[in-house]
Amino acid sequence: MATVARATPRDRRWRDVLEERRFLGPILIAPAVLFIVALVGAPLALAVYLSLTDATAGSLSGEFVGFQNYVDAWDSENFRRALRNTIIFTLVSQAIVLVGAGILAHALVRNFRGRWFFRFLILLPWAAPVALSTVGFLWIFHSLYSVVNWTLTHDILPGGGEFYPYRAVNWAFARDFWPEAIQISPIEPIDPPQWLGEPTLAMAAIIAVHAWRILPFATVIFIAGLASMPPEIEDAAKVDGATGLKKFWYVTLPLQLPIATVALLFGIVFTATDMTVVYVLTHGGPFNSTHVLTTWAFDTGINSAALGQGAAISLYLLPALAIVAILMLRFARRVEVT
Amino acid sequence: MRRRDSLFTYLIVGPFAIVLAFPFYWMLMTALRADNDLYDIEQVPYKFNADSPTDANFRFLFEQTDYRQWLQNTAIVGVAVVLITLLLALPAGYALARLSGRWGQSLGVGIFLTYLVPPTLLFLPLSRVIAELDLHDRLWSLILVYPSFTVPFSIWLLMGFFKTIPPELEDAALVDGASRLGALARVVFPLSVPGILTVVIFSFSLVVNEFVYAITFISSTDVKTLSAGVPTELIRGDVFYWGALMAATLIPAIPLALLYNLFLNRFIAGLTGGAFR
Repeated sequence: MATVARATPRDRRWRDVLEERRFLGPILIAPAVLFIVALVGAPLALAVYLSLTDATAGSLSGEFVGFQNYVDAWDSENFRRALRNTIIFTLVSQAIVLVGAGILAHALVRNFRGRWFFRFLILLPWAAPVALSTVGFLWIFHSLYSVVNWTLTHDILPGGGEFYPYRAVNWAFARDFWPEAIQISPIEPIDPPQWLGEPTLAMAAIIAVHAWRILPFATVIFIAGLASMPPEIEDAAKVDGATGLKKFWYVTLPLQLPIATVALLFGIVFTATDMTVVYVLTHGGPFNSTHVLTTWAFDTGINSAALGQGAAISLYLLPALAIVAILMLRFARRVEVT
Repeated sequence: MRRRDSLFTYLIVGPFAIVLAFPFYWMLMTALRADNDLYDIEQVPYKFNADSPTDANFRFLFEQTDYRQWLQNTAIVGVAVVLITLLLALPAGYALARLSGRWGQSLGVGIFLTYLVPPTLLFLPLSRVIAELDLHDRLWSLILVYPSFTVPFSIWLLMGFFKTIPPELEDAALVDGASRLGALARVVFPLSVPGILTVVIFSFSLVVNEFVYAITFISSTDVKTLSAGVPTELIRGDVFYWGALMAATLIPAIPLALLYNLFLNRFIAGLTGGAFR
């Protein structure tokens, strides 16, 4: 190449450096690493520092107060309810997601007519911006015009077939086998459920929205896991006479466990650290009953301008995230081996 | 497939699809409804009554609100963030896949773990930093901060894609006299166009999705993005524009879902291919 011939010694030295693996690697990686350190590492450290001070929104530095913010947060009843809500919302919604995605992925991995269209419908909740689809749920759970309530309290059979869904719900919930905790009073068509105005129902609504938006994500990860299962295993299971539930329990489940765990861990992170759903749907209400750690930290740190206090609240998430990260690494390695 | 099997598949997939897609069907129904139909409790909401269907809500959204401005802001931030992301993540992803061996593998995993650090942990300190930098209420604040979650995620995806391109191709280019960077630009990048497109789409959608930073850093109506503007500006006390609101939520969702569907397989391959393979 002509350019090489004309290059001055200095240029050549620079070019040689770029040819050298030892130098080229770090040169290519460094900008990204520096950026991440500056915008993730440094703010994280700053969050820890702020949480140890009484800083307010007006000033970056405050008096050093040790662990006082963490103690104060813990002593507040609102904080503890937020912590409990975070755990409940995450665990219940992810349990629903695991079961739902397990079933759905098994069906969706097959080849059938209209698969592309069904996949499109199923992916919608995951593709749509969360803040916007949660606004959609505000309307679905509206106090006056809720479509859920309309459907529950009207005769939905065409031509006056006399089928009111709320009667079926009341009948089902009047059974004795329901545990005390989820017993509900019968639905009155005159005074339909206020989904976002009553603490228990609001929690149920939040869990439903979380499960709804994570389910497609978990499903596609499960499908990837099922698709990567070697067909020989399927054949071997058939030869050995394993079918149906037996095959699922002894063959599919153990093989899918690592990737299912990865999907679950992602789901836990996405749900526990999410602020959008609660912020838009209930804003922590009614009566602060549905706050989670993230919304409580936002209200404290931004709306009440107690920066240090807010940072301490959100940092209560960190141990949980660290555990998830460690588990994820362990399972990632296991998947690599198999 | 046998008939019975496929019927069984529809019986499972059908109900799931109905439940998952219902909110979007409902958004569409509401967006097309006239006010005298929407706010009349006696009407059957599953069919159009009174003056419905109408395009009044869409016209209201585009003519009477800042929706167009928010679309534009989101597009500006999205394009800028995608460019920054590519600039940082392409070289890093390639280097981690090829050049740095065992040490690179752990660095790659480390970068991926930073994706798990959520905005909800960082928005408080960053709100101070943004104020100090005088970026509050400016789109630049979002352009600066958003790559902090798109870059780790994109590096991880790209690492997976670059690993699938055989190194022999580059070696051949090197033997032919190309420099390493030349081989990168002329051989590797053209082959990874599908991977790069996947990164572009998913980074862009992460930007459209982001809510926490957007409501923390921006307070003026005309600087807001879609995710922040619709829930904070169109829902005002007791004044609701439900028809326009549902139109506003539906418009970005449909194209994003179509793109997801097109690039889904590559996305999964990238997400699970980095190390989970």
